[in-house]
Amino acid sequence: MMKLMQLKWLISFALITISSAAFAGWDDINLREGVTQISREVYDLHMLIFIICCLIGVVVFGVMIISMLMHRKSLGHEPADFQDNHQLEILWTVIPIFILVAMAIPATTTLNAMYDAGDAEIDIEVRGYQWKWQYTYIDDDPNPATQVKFMSNLLTPPDEIYNRAAKREHYLLDVDNPLVIPTDTRIRFLITAEDVIHAWWVPDFAVKKDAVPGFIHESWAIAEEPGIYRGQCAELCGKDHGFMPVVVHAVERPEYDAWLADQKQAAQQAWNETGKTWTMDELMTTGEEVYLRACAACHQVNGQGLPPAFPSLVGQGIAVGDIDAHIDIILNGKPGTAMQAFASQLSPSEIAAVTTYERNAWGNNLGDSVQPKDINSMLTGQ
Amino acid sequence: MSAVIEHDHHEDHHHGPDKGLMRWVLTTNHKDIGTLYLWFSFIMFLTGGVFALVIRAELFQPGLQIVEPEFFIQMTTMHGLIMVFGAVMPAFVGLANWLVPMMVGAPDMALPRMNNFSFWILPFAFSMLLATFFMEGGAPNFGWTFYAPLSTEYAPPTVTFFIFGVHLMGASSIMGSINIIVTILNMRAPGLKLMQMPLFVWTWLITAYLLLAVMPVLAGVVTMMLMDIHFATAFFDAGGGGDPVLFQHVFWFFGHPEVYIMILPAFGIVSAIIPTFARKRLFGYASMVYATSAIAFLSFIVWAHHMFTAGIPITGELYFMYATMLIAIPTGVKVFNWVATMWKGSMTFETPMLFSVAFVILFTIGGLSGLMLAIVPADFQYHDTYFVVAHFHYVLVPGAVFSIMAAVYYWLPKWTGNMYNEALGKTHFWLSFVGVNITFFPQHFTGLAGMPRRIPDYALQFADYNMISSCGAFLFGFSQILFLFIILQTIQDDKKATNQVWESAHGLEWTLPSPAPYHSFSTPPKNLQEAHG
Ligand code: HEC
Ligand SMILES: [Cu+2]
Repeated sequence: MMKLMQLKWLISFALITISSAAFAGWDDINLREGVTQISREVYDLHMLIFIICCLIGVVVFGVMIISMLMHRKSLGHEPADFQDNHQLEILWTVIPIFILVAMAIPATTTLNAMYDAGDAEIDIEVRGYQWKWQYTYIDDDPNPATQVKFMSNLLTPPDEIYNRAAKREHYLLDVDNPLVIPTDTRIRFLITAEDVIHAWWVPDFAVKKDAVPGFIHESWAIAEEPGIYRGQCAELCGKDHGFMPVVVHAVERPEYDAWLADQKQAAQQAWNETGKTWTMDELMTTGEEVYLRACAACHQVNGQGLPPAFPSLVGQGIAVGDIDAHIDIILNGKPGTAMQAFASQLSPSEIAAVTTYERNAWGNNLGDSVQPKDINSMLTGQ
Repeated sequence: MSAVIEHDHHEDHHHGPDKGLMRWVLTTNHKDIGTLYLWFSFIMFLTGGVFALVIRAELFQPGLQIVEPEFFIQMTTMHGLIMVFGAVMPAFVGLANWLVPMMVGAPDMALPRMNNFSFWILPFAFSMLLATFFMEGGAPNFGWTFYAPLSTEYAPPTVTFFIFGVHLMGASSIMGSINIIVTILNMRAPGLKLMQMPLFVWTWLITAYLLLAVMPVLAGVVTMMLMDIHFATAFFDAGGGGDPVLFQHVFWFFGHPEVYIMILPAFGIVSAIIPTFARKRLFGYASMVYATSAIAFLSFIVWAHHMFTAGIPITGELYFMYATMLIAIPTGVKVFNWVATMWKGSMTFETPMLFSVAFVILFTIGGLSGLMLAIVPADFQYHDTYFVVAHFHYVLVPGAVFSIMAAVYYWLPKWTGNMYNEALGKTHFWLSFVGVNITFFPQHFTGLAGMPRRIPDYALQFADYNMISSCGAFLFGFSQILFLFIILQTIQDDKKATNQVWESAHGLEWTLPSPAPYHSFSTPPKNLQEAHG
């Protein structure tokens, strides 16, 4: 019976360890080394403390197991009687102090490096929303017409999430518009949030910072290798907390410059388009696209919402009422509810389009519409 | 000994238990109230366990199969709240009720009516909390740490019930701890010095002070939430000049001592059980008392290690890192003491000992991952991932929960007068032990690989480990039915236990008959040598 118990004990430990190693390579189950100086330092620190902890474990559990095997009544072992050995007690207080110091020194050095507030070449504002990220490239001389600013939404379709379609690679870790940064360049991230607390996390940069509404936190990285780096929101932020990945695309400097120029041009074009008169068809097509991307998570694809949390927009309420009130709630949201202000998230064209779409989709056939230039003048107060 | 029994018999008509339901409603007897606490805690343990199994069932595979994300976060929130406030804390209070008077040679708790009240608040508090599932907007969905503004501006309307519930639980805990402090300080048998008390009494004395210190802070933080939600204040709203991070500071000023509240009594239990089954005195009684006090003190000055990513300046990060690392020293002292107690003993491995040995090993694993989490740069990677989930489940499940199970097996014969079935007890242990490790060990690795906590669905590379974890959770969960069966069987059986129960158990409770008489010591015990091993 006793033999059997020891055996069980050992087997269960062995099984767990072996299964850990067997199911995936060590690299898949360990911290990532990442692609920045800092992330490698963090990795080394992690390995150091991990190994120290394993060694402590081996010593302590080793002594325990030896004792459990040898000092048994069933083996006729008589209990010794010793207590309060001061030398031993001093020893096991002092040795841990040395171990702790050995951990604290490299930890302090690495932390210092992480907090080094040097000048960055590029500043990017990272803003968390329920449940997506917005990236704004901060220019030295800001021009609203060419400002590069976009939302980064989960790309994985509901069909994959609800198991109606096969899950592709990067399931839940793919976005429509990744953050693009140049390699070998110091980037400063200015991290904040619009609604609740989120946390922006890129494991390969060892950057994780809470995005707190009303406050701006700083972090930085220098990516040393081109690549696509994926992370996730790391602070519970509501129902779709698990569905707001972070994707950073690091490219060589020339590629980045070309990309940025393209973005600025596109921004300029969108800015110009605000001025033209859109047809109903154009509004509806763009509107549907915007709706699916920005609204359907709450109000659902069919507009029915998920009452009582998220109201239906079909045949009732503001979406079939006065158009000014409708535009107002989309622009400014409703404070204290999940309905956010979209004025800073969507362009005037997109807002005009989505308003028009809601008023004419799902049998809400009101027939009216609003033009981007009207939205624009509302926003600029003209 | 027989004199004591006769004496009790004689007075049965004033002092014996009433009959029927009213016995339990009106009781002021420490044993009855202890029993109520323990059963209540067990019901909550099963309830919170069912929530955990919903979580693990959803996470069995990637994709959404069983519940919607909204309900999933209600499950994670309620699982945490129920387990912390409904299962672990009341279980320890129940044990204190049963054991403290017997261990210090007192007839009952010092404040018996308040004792009744502090228990009977709980069923109401938790019924209210659970009733939110059936209200508009659903149950609390902001995590057991309920960070603002998710729990204020963005919370479902039921948050007000949650706040009221927390207030009630707090009131109950404060009354419970006052009672325990007064009992320990005033009701000890004449001549029983503080430094002669069993460690379980010591650890509870310190725990009770922690509770007294921090439950008002919890009450404060939920009241600030209430004001923000209903009375237009802006404590936690930057738009009104407040600060969401202030919430975290206040919450964790409560929350960190809270985690020690859930583990210090466990230290006391294990320090009673290991010497019994090693047939050897505890290696360092005084150093255990000092280590417990040191841990309690340190618990007040390390709260921000839960908030390393919340934008704290570097000096703050360094301070909280160093202070947190210091906790390893007294914790190490405890572990080394238990090992030294086992060393050269004459050990047998009955169920309470099995749970205690598993406690020492698995709690140490949780402590070591805690040390890793204290290292700020590394914590930036670990924070809010499954690594943290693995860490705190290691200290709470095979930590706190195993110690409670160990205590139940150890003292059940004293409580019921009957011996439990040893073979079944051991089976229960092995199922739980294997289940717990299969559940939580792989979570260290899913966390390191980058899986955030509190998500209903995950990327494909985490699939294998989540599946293993879910299997373990069901094994662990269903083994608890066996636990229930063993307890019921023991209560009904008549395999009489001796007074001493365990060959080398020390402590005043073992000088009483089994089952212990309704009033523990009507006359103070004389032989205080027995008080601690
Ligand atoms: C995060 C969830 C969420 C998203 C995304 C969202 N809404 Fe809403 N929306 C709400 C909630 C909640 C309300 C109800 C607010 C209240 O309590 O009055 C609401 C209300 C509305 C209303 C008023 C409904 C009524 O009759 O009272 C309209 C119109 C609306 N949203 C349009 C939109 C549009 C357009 C988008 C996308 C650009 C969008 N919403 C995106 C949550 C959301
Ligand atoms: Cu988020």
